[in-house]
Amino acid sequence: MSAGSVPSGYEVNDPGYPTPQENYLTNSKGILSWAFTLDHKRIGMMYLIGVTSAFLLGGLLALGIRLHLFAPDGILFNNALFQWLAPDKAPNDIYNQVFTLHGAIMVFLFIIPSVPAALGNFLVPVMLGAKDVAFPRLNLSSFYLWVGGALFFVMALLASGLDTGWTFYTPYSTTTDSSVILATTGAFVLGFSSIFTGLNFIVTINTMRPPGMTWFRMPLFLWATYSTSIIQVLATPVLGITLLLLIAERTLHIGIFDPEYNGDPVTFQHFFWFYSHPAVYIMILPAFGIISELISVHSHKRIFGYRFIAYSSIAIALLSFIVWGHHMFTSGMSPITTIIFSALTFTVSVPSAIKVFNWVATMFKGSISLTTPMVYAIAFIFLFTIGGLTGLHLGTLATDMHLHDTYFVVAHFHYVMVGGTVVAFLGGVFHWWPKMVGKMYSEAGGLLSAALVFIGFNLTFLPQFILGSRGMPRRYATYDPEFAPLHQMSTYGALILGVGLFVALFVLLMSLVNGKKAPANPWGGATLEWNCTSPPPFYNFERPPVVGDPYEFGDIRWDTELDRYVKVEPQRERVPSETPAETPAHASE
Amino acid sequence: MATTDAGLASDAHEQPGHGHSDHGHGDHDHPSYLAHHFDTPEQQFDSGKLGMWLFLVTEVLFFSGMFCAYAIFRAWRPEVFEGCSQFLNTKLGAINTGVLLFSSFTMAWGVRCAQKEQHKLLTVMLATTLSCATVFLGVKAIEYSHKWHLGLLPAGLFSYDPSNPHPVGGPNYLAYICAPFVAITIGVAIWLVVSFLRGAKFQLECAKPLLVVCLCFFVGVGLGTILESGGEEGHHEDDHAVVASTDGTAAEHGKEHAHADGDQHVDHEEPAAAAVASLPAAGAMSNDSADLAVLERLASDATNTGLQDELAARKAQSERSGGGILYDVSDDASATVASAPENVLRPSRAGVFFSIYYCMTGIHAIHILAGIGVLVWLLVRSIRMDFNRNYFGPVDYVGLYWHIVDMIWIYLFPLMYLIR
Ligand code: HEM
Ligand SMILES: [Cu+2]
Repeated sequence: MSAGSVPSGYEVNDPGYPTPQENYLTNSKGILSWAFTLDHKRIGMMYLIGVTSAFLLGGLLALGIRLHLFAPDGILFNNALFQWLAPDKAPNDIYNQVFTLHGAIMVFLFIIPSVPAALGNFLVPVMLGAKDVAFPRLNLSSFYLWVGGALFFVMALLASGLDTGWTFYTPYSTTTDSSVILATTGAFVLGFSSIFTGLNFIVTINTMRPPGMTWFRMPLFLWATYSTSIIQVLATPVLGITLLLLIAERTLHIGIFDPEYNGDPVTFQHFFWFYSHPAVYIMILPAFGIISELISVHSHKRIFGYRFIAYSSIAIALLSFIVWGHHMFTSGMSPITTIIFSALTFTVSVPSAIKVFNWVATMFKGSISLTTPMVYAIAFIFLFTIGGLTGLHLGTLATDMHLHDTYFVVAHFHYVMVGGTVVAFLGGVFHWWPKMVGKMYSEAGGLLSAALVFIGFNLTFLPQFILGSRGMPRRYATYDPEFAPLHQMSTYGALILGVGLFVALFVLLMSLVNGKKAPANPWGGATLEWNCTSPPPFYNFERPPVVGDPYEFGDIRWDTELDRYVKVEPQRERVPSETPAETPAHASE
Repeated sequence: MATTDAGLASDAHEQPGHGHSDHGHGDHDHPSYLAHHFDTPEQQFDSGKLGMWLFLVTEVLFFSGMFCAYAIFRAWRPEVFEGCSQFLNTKLGAINTGVLLFSSFTMAWGVRCAQKEQHKLLTVMLATTLSCATVFLGVKAIEYSHKWHLGLLPAGLFSYDPSNPHPVGGPNYLAYICAPFVAITIGVAIWLVVSFLRGAKFQLECAKPLLVVCLCFFVGVGLGTILESGGEEGHHEDDHAVVASTDGTAAEHGKEHAHADGDQHVDHEEPAAAAVASLPAAGAMSNDSADLAVLERLASDATNTGLQDELAARKAQSERSGGGILYDVSDDASATVASAPENVLRPSRAGVFFSIYYCMTGIHAIHILAGIGVLVWLLVRSIRMDFNRNYFGPVDYVGLYWHIVDMIWIYLFPLMYLIR
């Protein structure tokens, strides 16, 4: 076989990928075959659609916030249309409800399930070389719990809204007459959805690895998912009980959090952040995993410091449990406690920084293809670094006294959550889209979306650092006129960001209509998911996969003749009786 | 391709052509209990077991939130916890502890039976475990209904009135709790008769133990009733001495506030003051001193050093709190004991104790109910003889769950009932 760029002395050892008649999308038809599917890939796709819808809804609300803040006195919720729609509501109350629902929807419905439940469900078994997750029925129930939780949120929205902020702080949450109970029930249910996903992945990765898939041959995405799952399983129950007690507080007045009945609101804050700080790592760790894959594959170079990245994920997962107090520096803890929490907070940045250094080192002297996923990955490194470093300002006691509850915090967490997680999520979706649907998207469109997202994002949130450090408090519907220019910049940025996101959605959807058929391995990746056809068959692998080094790109070459990546191996004499290695080791066969 | 697990609505069946026999996941080595995506029964068992352990971890963490709340509030107001704990009937708590411990034993034995394929014995063990669970709930029904009747409720609803500790009338809570169990029992009884008449052997086999299980709930109720009323004398004497007012809110907000905004507060203001005024004289006499007298008599035996310590502690305590632990003395300067620690002077927080009590034992009871659900499922499967030496995972997992539910009670019992 003469192959375009296969060097002499090497031969293509690549039987090609026979296209099966059926793949997971076509092997059964009808809406019921989706509604009752136990196939992790279909569940992942349903999650993908679900979280995207939540993102659209949350995004719409965000646009509302930004538009309203275009002028110091607000321009949206106080205009005639809104007054006509909700005559009995003050504009500032509407503003409160909009930012609360924006936050709650984005956190509980979108970002927590985004990478683990949508991409993770699709990828974990395939990357592992397994046929499915360990508990397919639990997996499906996790999805329906997500749907149930989403319905609760929608009901809260339609009933009397929610105006507590996504943090549900008492005593306000026990006294406001908005739909706190509906929303907390929703978050409670979503918590179980998240626990089920995490539990499933831990068990899958522990017990379903095929022979040859040792811990250190696992792609880093799996390490990241594994650490995320640990947090999901260990932290979410505490949120569950906290929300349950909050519901009991509102209905029975149990007096645990409500000062009116001798309860203690700061206890609520402790309980809440004991979950919610680890939860921010539920949001970012899987994004780290995506970035490790993207950087390595599109640099066509072995990941630098594999073990460091793997262990740092675990380290972050464990450290994340002991820093929650940094959200409460101003809530009245003892000085010694604040100092301890501040010091612990700094330790978290060490494993985070290790990752960033390793990604950059991976790119160094790699042969980088600036594909859409890679551009998103590079954007991630920029944005996450800013987000992480500003976290240090907030972890420092003296500066946090000034910055707490200002736009600086808002900018910080948007840099990590949007600049980090959402950008990585988009990169991941572009990267694995050909695998998921079997179609290539328009590269130019993808790049355009990445550029718009990057520019729009920075224009939106960079000014907010300045706003915050100059004293603009968060969660306010109006502001001093001196802040107007920066707020306006931010609103323009949000519009550009919105356009960028719609371009991304459009490009992906268009690929379904007129995309080129995707080869099995469009990027030259070495992890197992590129070993099965695009889209994968029902059982993931037509041929049991050979577990190899996930970051060995030396034997993957672009074949111009075949127009796809092929595996090559050194030429050797064939003993006539020897058959090509076709059925390598696979579990129990 | 794959064999099907009985319950698995796998997409595989809908697949038109199973055209990949060349690399088959052969049917022959895939027994019916092995789900399609597992390669070996061991893998399936290990997965289930690890999954169960992780689930138990989440359960423990779920309860840990409440244990934290308990620790925080007890550390703040130890005397409230000690005082209120006296409202809990130790005998009933102890009975329930014993019942659950025994059920853990039968559950563990059941796992062994499943492994050894002793089908009959397994059924007996599961039915015994279930019966213990319903006895537990029966006793709990008595405890709860009794407290609700007295008004020993979570903080916001707390309406216990020390000047009238035995209110007459009020809803019959016990009847409400029992009603669903009566309905279920009747249902099972009808099912039993019908399946007997129709000669449905399997159903009859299922209905028989289930009826016993249902009846055990009423055994628990009976047991609880006897012990509760047997303990009535001493126990209720306790109440008088220990609790006076419980309305905590008033002083927290200042007196004017209390009078201004809550009728609920006002309701209690008067009896509280009355209790404060009258109890140190009458109440403390009546029973704390009776208690002390008994202690003194017993402690006079020189070998009884433990009791002597106890006696000293009691005396000190009753002095400190002016005879009753929970007097709401904040409203009545004359009743204030100058040396009392600040804690005791502040309004009582008895309601918070009961909030925590109801949250913890209530959620524990919900776990018992869930356990009953899965145990019934196991019972039916064991009567169907589903389990064998290679496939006993479900029994094992439910066993683990059951032990953790017991364990939580083992912690709850001393923390709630035994802290005076
Ligand atoms: C790199 C290490 C990080 C450090 C040192 C850090 C530090 C902090 C600190 C100290 C605060 C509290 C600020 C205040 O309220 O005054 C904070 C807030 C926040 N952080 Fe981070 N952070 C880090 C990474 C992350 C990541 C990765 C995420 C999410 C993906 C995140 C999400 C948030 C959120 C959502 C808040 C605001 C919560 C609220 O009050 O609504 N942070 N961060
Ligand atoms: Cu944090």
